[in-house]
Amino acid sequence: MIAYKIREGIYWVGAIDWHLRLFHGYSTDKGTTYNAYLILDEKITLIDNVKAEFTEELIARISSVIDPSKIEVIISNHGEPDHSGSLPKILELAPNAKVYCSSPNGVKILNAIYGDIPIIPVKTNDTLSIGKRTLQFIQAPMVHWPDNMVTYIPEEKILFSNDIYGQHYATAKLFDSGNDLATIIHEAKKYYANIVLPYTKQANKYNDLIKDFDIEMIATAHGVIWKDNLKEILALYDDLLNSRKKEKAIVVYDSMWGNTDVMARNIMEAFMEKGIEVRLYNINNTEDSDIITEIVDAKYLAVGSSTLNNNMLPKIAGFLYYLKGLAPVDLQYIAFGSYGWGGQSIKQISDFLDGIGYKPLIEPVKMLYNPTTDGLTSLKQAIFLALDQQK
Amino acid sequence: MDKYVCIICEYVYDPAKGDPTQNIAPGTPFEDLPDDWVCPECGAGKEEFEIVK
Repeated sequence: MIAYKIREGIYWVGAIDWHLRLFHGYSTDKGTTYNAYLILDEKITLIDNVKAEFTEELIARISSVIDPSKIEVIISNHGEPDHSGSLPKILELAPNAKVYCSSPNGVKILNAIYGDIPIIPVKTNDTLSIGKRTLQFIQAPMVHWPDNMVTYIPEEKILFSNDIYGQHYATAKLFDSGNDLATIIHEAKKYYANIVLPYTKQANKYNDLIKDFDIEMIATAHGVIWKDNLKEILALYDDLLNSRKKEKAIVVYDSMWGNTDVMARNIMEAFMEKGIEVRLYNINNTEDSDIITEIVDAKYLAVGSSTLNNNMLPKIAGFLYYLKGLAPVDLQYIAFGSYGWGGQSIKQISDFLDGIGYKPLIEPVKMLYNPTTDGLTSLKQAIFLALDQQK
Repeated sequence: MDKYVCIICEYVYDPAKGDPTQNIAPGTPFEDLPDDWVCPECGAGKEEFEIVK
């Protein structure tokens, strides 16, 4: 294994996790990478680490260009174990190295996980000269952990952004232009939707700090390095940071005997007939993380469940809790479902969505056993009327 | 009355404003916030707050 030069004197020494499929609830169907970077300057510098199980891969890549014992500076932009797991082994190999991380939360996290290690806390706009280059630190608290920070090298115009602009996307082509643009932009959107979304306010504060930086390259900690498609990734982030919405509807449901399914398809058709982009998901066939990715820029969300044992179906309950945590803003909802008796699920869904601050597009819709033609017609009419009143 | 900053996310609790998201009336000093009050922006507990100097 070797290091890959991304600039004169700067190397990618990370690890590719081709097989990862689940990252605490986030479906990583394309795997991921843990990007770490080595800078050969007067002080040999390692920016970020890798997940513990990939430690040997990191060491092999570093060793292909320099003896790891020569590392003096280790930047920990983020202490989560996928970016710090190899740290104890690297400190063992590099006894003179100091770990630079954000104050106070980076220190707390690294001490809690790795015990007493040599740490130098830094704050926004602190700088460290490593020879020909300067490392400038910018804290990004709660994007998405308390300790997140990014590191900028003005002489190189490179931003080491850690999780920000990242994608869970395994690739052997390190730069954006070696990969399909639509795919990597989609994966960056999915990453934001499932990791950064609840901290959009904090992400905007971070964005204000870096918006005037002259950036030629964004070296992320997951997925590709942005270089030739900076305009596209920054435009995506601009949309996400501003919570821009499209005329778009998402229908999510579970069904016992196909009746809630019939309702879901009619709701989908109502949006389709109005010329509104719409996507239909049976919760059993699609991962929550993929549905959230589509909800981020949608204006309408329909959630349906039949009633089972006086409750909504449990996969819909799981989806609603995932939605609540990530908290996409400004959704108008439709709660719907078929029932035989009781029919509690529909009100449970509408109460839950009211509780997290969404407004109903139409009144909750419940249908006894098999939906009737009249019932479905009036459901669609209600949606048409509500959509017409929006204009 | 002192302002307090959340050391996790940098939210500032301003007693003059209170916290309408958790029904905390304007004029409530930080010390009088209930024990289960949390940072409205990141969910951290009261123990994560420091006085703004």
